[in-house]
Amino acid sequence: MAERLKTNEFAAQTFAQRNASFIRSLRLYIRTFSRNTSAMFGLLIVAIFLIVAAIGPWIVPFPEDAAGSINLDIKLKPPDSTHWFGTDEVGNDVFTRVILGTRVTLQIACIVTGVAMLIGVPLGMIAGLLGGWVQEIIMRITDIFLSIPGLVLAIAIVGALGPGIVNAMLALSLVWWPGYVRLVQAKTLALKNEIYVEAARSIGSSKMRIVFIHILPNCTSPIIIKASMDMGMAILGAASLGFLGLGAQPPYPEWGAMISVARTYLPDWWWYSFFPGMAISLTVLGFNLLGDGLRDVLDPKHRE
Amino acid sequence: MIRFVFRRLFLMAFMLLGLLAITFVISHIAPSDPAALAAGPDANVEMIERYRLEHGLDQPIYVQFATYLERLSSGNWGKSILTTRPVADDLLLYFPNTLELVVFSIAIAIVLGIPLGVIAAVHQNRLPDHLIRILTVSGVAMPMFWLGLMAQLYFALHLEWFPLGGRMDMMTDPPNPITNLLIVDAFLSGDFEVLLEALHYIVLPALALCFPALASIIRVNRAEMLETLKQDYILNSMAHGISKFRIVAMYALKNAMLPTMAMIGLRFGWMLGGTVLVETVFDWPGIGLYAVQATISSDFEPIMGATIVLGAFFMFTNLLIDMVYAWLDPRVRGQI
Amino acid sequence: MITSPANNVLLSVRDLRLSFRTFDGSYQALDRISFDLMPGESLGIVGETGCGKSVTARAILGLLPSPPAEILGGEIWFNGSNLLEANQKDLRNIRGNEISMIFQDPMTFLNPVFTIGYQLIDVIIAHNKNSRVAKKITRSQAYDVALSILEKVQLPNPHRQMDCYPHQLSGGMRQRVLIAMALCGRPKLLIADEPTTALDVTIQAQILDLIAELRKDLGLSVVLITHDLGVVASVCDRVLVMYAGQVVEDASVKALFTKPGHPYTRGLLKAVPDPLCPSKKLEAIPGNLPNLLNPPPGCRFEPRCGLANEACQKTPVLDLIDQNQQVACWNAREAVRVKN
Repeated sequence: MAERLKTNEFAAQTFAQRNASFIRSLRLYIRTFSRNTSAMFGLLIVAIFLIVAAIGPWIVPFPEDAAGSINLDIKLKPPDSTHWFGTDEVGNDVFTRVILGTRVTLQIACIVTGVAMLIGVPLGMIAGLLGGWVQEIIMRITDIFLSIPGLVLAIAIVGALGPGIVNAMLALSLVWWPGYVRLVQAKTLALKNEIYVEAARSIGSSKMRIVFIHILPNCTSPIIIKASMDMGMAILGAASLGFLGLGAQPPYPEWGAMISVARTYLPDWWWYSFFPGMAISLTVLGFNLLGDGLRDVLDPKHRE
Repeated sequence: MIRFVFRRLFLMAFMLLGLLAITFVISHIAPSDPAALAAGPDANVEMIERYRLEHGLDQPIYVQFATYLERLSSGNWGKSILTTRPVADDLLLYFPNTLELVVFSIAIAIVLGIPLGVIAAVHQNRLPDHLIRILTVSGVAMPMFWLGLMAQLYFALHLEWFPLGGRMDMMTDPPNPITNLLIVDAFLSGDFEVLLEALHYIVLPALALCFPALASIIRVNRAEMLETLKQDYILNSMAHGISKFRIVAMYALKNAMLPTMAMIGLRFGWMLGGTVLVETVFDWPGIGLYAVQATISSDFEPIMGATIVLGAFFMFTNLLIDMVYAWLDPRVRGQI
Repeated sequence: MITSPANNVLLSVRDLRLSFRTFDGSYQALDRISFDLMPGESLGIVGETGCGKSVTARAILGLLPSPPAEILGGEIWFNGSNLLEANQKDLRNIRGNEISMIFQDPMTFLNPVFTIGYQLIDVIIAHNKNSRVAKKITRSQAYDVALSILEKVQLPNPHRQMDCYPHQLSGGMRQRVLIAMALCGRPKLLIADEPTTALDVTIQAQILDLIAELRKDLGLSVVLITHDLGVVASVCDRVLVMYAGQVVEDASVKALFTKPGHPYTRGLLKAVPDPLCPSKKLEAIPGNLPNLLNPPPGCRFEPRCGLANEACQKTPVLDLIDQNQQVACWNAREAVRVKN
């Protein structure tokens, strides 16, 4: 029952009125999401994670350990009331190091996912829109990348470039971008044949306009879902490389690197490996639950 | 069906070429000068130049690529600095161990995962489903290497049920190397003591390796079973008096298996990556450990060799999975 | 007092009440459904989508999943026992063996990853096992039985079709396969839930003819559920008209079409084009279906009925107003009297 408004009347509508349907669907999303207990739990974990990453250095009980102080007299102490997670081999508080690792982990995960999206999404759209041999080439390269097991490729790249946190991030980004290409290309292909895109093209909208107004907004939900799932995997990937000694190098407070050192102190000093690993598990769990919840909300096919 | 296989083999050959191209590119982005590396630390500029000319490193890139392909196909995969053996020999030595571990692992994941997924679906939202969900949710979140370490800590060191690591006891005589797969060889030689021991050693690493895959397979299978059980043809089977067990285990499961197969393929790839971690934790003498040790020592050729082997192996298993998929779904077969 | 019906009645549904528990409340799907079916009779059940015809059929075979569906009361008598009290084992024995059902869309009701032959043989073997007959049937014997049934439903080239998959067959052929599957257990009663709705018009006629022939050959009773009055007119002996979960009229086909007793039935007939009088104006029934989460207390058609009065606040029962015609309307006798 839309009223036909003249152009200036249309402009005079408030932001809320013009975007009413968008706000309505947003409200529906939030309501559906908040009903999902595991998703809310995931959101809680991720929120805690983000907060700790932001204010970490200021809330740690032993800030001097962040700079790598050495207190050999309290080395390798089991968890107690002062050192909740015990101490490591140079006397640093493990709890402090785990908290500091939160920021490192978040940085790595964000950068890896971000770069992968930056490369993958445009390539996918180009492949979907242009079709023809451009699409063939892009998709073939993507397929080849996807047929190499991720961690193996990452190790090969790090092997070529040398161990280090930057190289690890680069390697992981190169492993991840093909997934986005596939996703966006399929979506673009489907949307390209949608009627409203045809209509837009027939009234002479430029290609860029079509992309940004019609195609990109419809790709955002699958991209958001994939990104939230990928955060967890990126964290695991970074930790794996760190564990192998190929990522962040000790004494950098990255959880995987911590575990690789802690390994030599098993089994007697178990807390050194245990707590960073729990941190990884919990964080990945949070992102996974969050991702699942987002998928239930945003992807109509997945609603049970 | 034969045409399908041939077409996929042809495609796979093309993908292998791509894989080799990627490894070639990677080996050329190494910041260090390959000639200087190869010529050794004492070489002076002249010697490095001579090495460069000798090995054609001044040629344009595509010629170098062609030489690279030629070299590989002739069996020269370079030499490992660490082991001082030809990489090809090392790969042949270590690959069977990885193969055993990975096959054992995926077998566990499939054999446990599919029934558990079915059970979770049939008892949706009741106790079995909740328990299984705890398993799946934690399985995808826990880092494989940490899981391995904790398993080592608890089951090997604390309970002493399993050995700490390695492939076999150092004192045991290995059986006749027929296939180079320890378990298979022990079985074929009838050497059951060694067989048991080999199984004993493989359990913990395989469990650590299979856990994320198990979790994913259960999740997918459960979701697909739930979808399938809502379908009309299930109602039809019920209306004709087919028993519930048969409906679930045959009529529903075969339909649900199709997307599950896709997930199995995907997770197998992750498993091949994960083998690197598990082999490191458990000192399992496979390609993963080989590659990691090479990477830490900047020993370049083995890394490339391992990448090629694992990549090719993954492509091959993808082909197998596609074939199983086509066999399961007659609609796909018809399109071939 | 609950007594089993007279011996010659094949199926007797009495006062069946059923609801569905939904997120928004309890959906009163069936309200005191009652009808009898004699052996060899062909009963049509007509009504709009959502009136409860399919629900009734599935309730007979116990195919409604029990958490959302709740039987609130009533009995379904078949073969001297109340099907609503039967256990799973007995129900499985009846399904396909005594009472068979065929469904609307043959594409979605056949399992896509098994051959026709496999699915038929499986059903035959299941019936053999369920009916606890001493002699076990072998797979190859079952194959021959399946083949003969496919011939009976006039499927062309049955040998080849046994090895085909559902997607390789046309719609009409698939429906024949479904009918064949329903006949595997030699049932006494066949319930056909909108068997022709998903098919082309020409195939519709073929399938209906097939059902009529099978009925004659095998002495089947048929319950044909449809929303198409034309189908009912050509195939059925008797018709049950349902509206919003209630039976409003139960009459012979002749009586229904010549002197419909219920206002809803009259409305339905007026809304169907008459081929003999193509320019006749079609009249829609004013109003909407009632919300069955909160149904009206009495007659559910009352909000839309032109004859409604205070008596309609109490649910009318089926009243025999004429030979072969029962109508659930307080005003039906009036109408008959007025007519006569």
